[in-house]
Formats: sequence, structure tokens, C-alpha cells
Amino acid sequence: MYDITLIVNGVPREARVPARRLLSDCLRHDLGLTGTHVGCEHGVCGACTVLLDGEPVRSCLTFAVTVDGREITTVEGLATGGRLSPVQRAFAECHGLQCGFCTPGFLCTTTAFLRENPAPTDEEVLEGISGNLCRCTGYQNIVKSVHRAAELLAEEPS
Amino acid sequence: MKPPPFDYHAPTSVREAVEVLAEVGAHGKVLAGGQSLIPLLNMRIAAPAHLVDINRVAGLGEIRTDATGVRVGALVRHAAVERSAAASLAQPLLRQALKLVAHPVIRNRGTIVGSLVHADPAAELPAVLALLGGSVRLASTTGEREVAAADFFTGPMESATRPGELAVSAFFPAWDGGTKFLEVARRHGDYAMAGVAAAVRLDEDLRVTAAKVACVSVGPAPVVVDVTAACGGRPVASVEWGSVVAAVQDRIEPEADIHATADYRRHLTGVLVERAIKAAADV
Repeated sequence: MYDITLIVNGVPREARVPARRLLSDCLRHDLGLTGTHVGCEHGVCGACTVLLDGEPVRSCLTFAVTVDGREITTVEGLATGGRLSPVQRAFAECHGLQCGFCTPGFLCTTTAFLRENPAPTDEEVLEGISGNLCRCTGYQNIVKSVHRAAELLAEEPS
Repeated sequence: MKPPPFDYHAPTSVREAVEVLAEVGAHGKVLAGGQSLIPLLNMRIAAPAHLVDINRVAGLGEIRTDATGVRVGALVRHAAVERSAAASLAQPLLRQALKLVAHPVIRNRGTIVGSLVHADPAAELPAVLALLGGSVRLASTTGEREVAAADFFTGPMESATRPGELAVSAFFPAWDGGTKFLEVARRHGDYAMAGVAAAVRLDEDLRVTAAKVACVSVGPAPVVVDVTAACGGRPVASVEWGSVVAAVQDRIEPEADIHATADYRRHLTGVLVERAIKAAADV
């Protein structure tokens, strides 16, 4: 067993985990943060996407021990002071989700994507979210949500 | 599913890493980005007794670029090379290929050297290394050796890396000419049904003086074919593509699977050879 500390959503969190504990399971089972969803568990669906030092990564393809001491942002850490983040508000406004299973992954991916590319074209949005699967929406409203999030972010730079 | 249990090692230097690898021998597996290895563990296709996590090893994160090419350390992520203007200038084929590797989020963790050692015949980077005649540097307790791409890819998911060895870097030589990587996949980011990397050189009158291709997903390892002779020293506009395509199709050994028949892969490779060489010449 390994004692590790992860800075999760700005808060140092300690856990005692076996080496084979996936970051996704560490967040959900050891730290009780069940907002990060686990779909396929082999890197295809993108539901488990979290931010590692600000960069989106698959938490199901990362061992918790490997990222000991690093900063993790999960969907629980996107809102500030009880107010949804611009990306979250855009998804709500544009109906960018239905069942919500894939949503945490889309929100984390989109948050990082718009930080790097604040005014993306349609094609860039498709490329940016291509690693996340949604079985409900048909993606149309997700693409709209990403564009709307870009507008909201431009209106209120944090 | 969850990965099977393993003994975990987290060395902090190359020396420490190769000592552990020497000790565990064939029971050890190196973990870098984990974007190919961890799915194999999760699906219980692989179950190494020892995992040597090199993410804390110092000195493996460098991209070194000069006029001769690009040397990439074992911890350099796909995304880092994709973003590097210097690397792209020295060897544009790297960025062209990286755009086709899985999805951006996977490229944030996956490593270039890891892709090479994984040696998936459907992967882009082994084809790039093979086409350019690059090499991989392997370290062990007894020293280092540099293995040429032609000797490195020995079969499907098999490289010349021996038990106890750590791939510490790879070198992608520059190419004095044009390049292009094209592929066809069922969905963007999926494994290619067929893919072709091309490198072309023209003289002042735009005649082809050198042309070679590397094909993915149509053999146990990347298939490199020099098609300079088949191009007949003509300008690209008047090359007889039938003989160029035939020269490549003679050398590939496509197999059927759920995604495509062998004939379809052969057809796609032919189409992509012509397109990639034309695009590589159009600079």
C-alpha cells in the first residue's frame, strides 16, 4: 500500500492505495468524489476525464500513485462559490446533456479546450471533443454548448 | 475491469530504473504514459509481475532539435512534440502524424517513445521512425545501444527492446524534402484501416529524385517501400501511378479483421500512396 497526497480541487487529500488503484477509482472510492464517471475503463469513452495540473487526462488510464503530489481538478471543482462555471452554465442553457453520464468528462475537456483555444471554429470544437462519447444528445447541442461557453467566457474573463 | 496486482517500482534515475529492470527481467514492464499499457492491464490482456514507473526519472523529458533532426526523451508526451514549433520545423512529419494519434486528451499523457516500444503495426509513430530511418536508444546496466528503425520493429507489438532494457530516447532525422501522413479510419481518432507516410524530394525541374512510403496496418510492422524507381524520374504530374501503387501493393501483407477485409486495406493503401506522395510533393 502507498500513502499518497493529491491536491484535489485545491484541497490536499490523503489516501492509502494499492499501486494498481486507478485515479478514477481513487477519486470515487477513496475520496468519495463520485462526480467523475467511469464508462469503458479503457480510454475510449472519455467520461472519466479530469484535469491533471490543468491538462485533461483519462483518470481510468492513470494510476493514483503515479500522480502523487499533483493537482487534480474534477467536475466538483469547476463551480466557484456556489456558482456554476461558464462551461457548466452553457451546457445547462443549450441542453448539452440528457442523462448526464458523459457530462463530467465533457465539462472537464471543454474547460481545458477553451483555455487553450478561446474562440474555436466548428471543426476545432469537433476535434476538441472527439475523444468524448455521448449516447443521448447526438452531439449537436454539445457543440452549441461549447460555442456558448466560449461566448460566456469572453464576456466574463475570470 | 481493474488491473491485476503488480509490484510497483518508481525509480528516480535512469541508473536506478535499469537496475530494477535488470532484476525483474522478463517479468517487468515499463510504465510511461500508460495510454496503451493501462488499457491492456484493465482488460487483463497483460499481467506483468512488476511495473517500473519511469514518470519520476530525471532527464527523460527533453526535446532536442537541430538541423539533423529531433531527439525525443522517453517522457516527452505526444502533445509536447505536437506543440513544439522547433520540432515541427525540423521534421514536419511528426506533427502531421501526431494529429492522427488517438484524441487530444490521450496525447496529453501518451509518450512518443512509448508508442515506438509498443510497436503496434496500426500506430503512426513507428511508421514515421521507419520511413525516416530513425533510431531508438536503449539503456541497460551494461551501457547504451542505438538501434536503427529497420532493426527495431521485429513484429506485431514486438520491438528489439530486450528484458532489462529501457528505451531512453528516439531520434527522428530531418528530411530535405516534402512529407505527408494520410490515413483512413472508421472514426476520427480510431486505429487506421490503412495509412501512408510519404517523403518526397524533387529537383529544380520538379522531377521526383527520391520518394518513399511507410504503410501502417498492412503488415506485422511498418512496411517501408522506396518508390523512387517506380516514379521514373518524372514530375509528379506525369508519374505513372499504377506502377507506383503496384510496387507498394507487392510488398504489403494486409489481413482481414472486423474493420476491413484484406482487399479493402490493399485498395486503401494504393489510394493513399498516390495521395500522400502528391501532397508531399506539393510544398
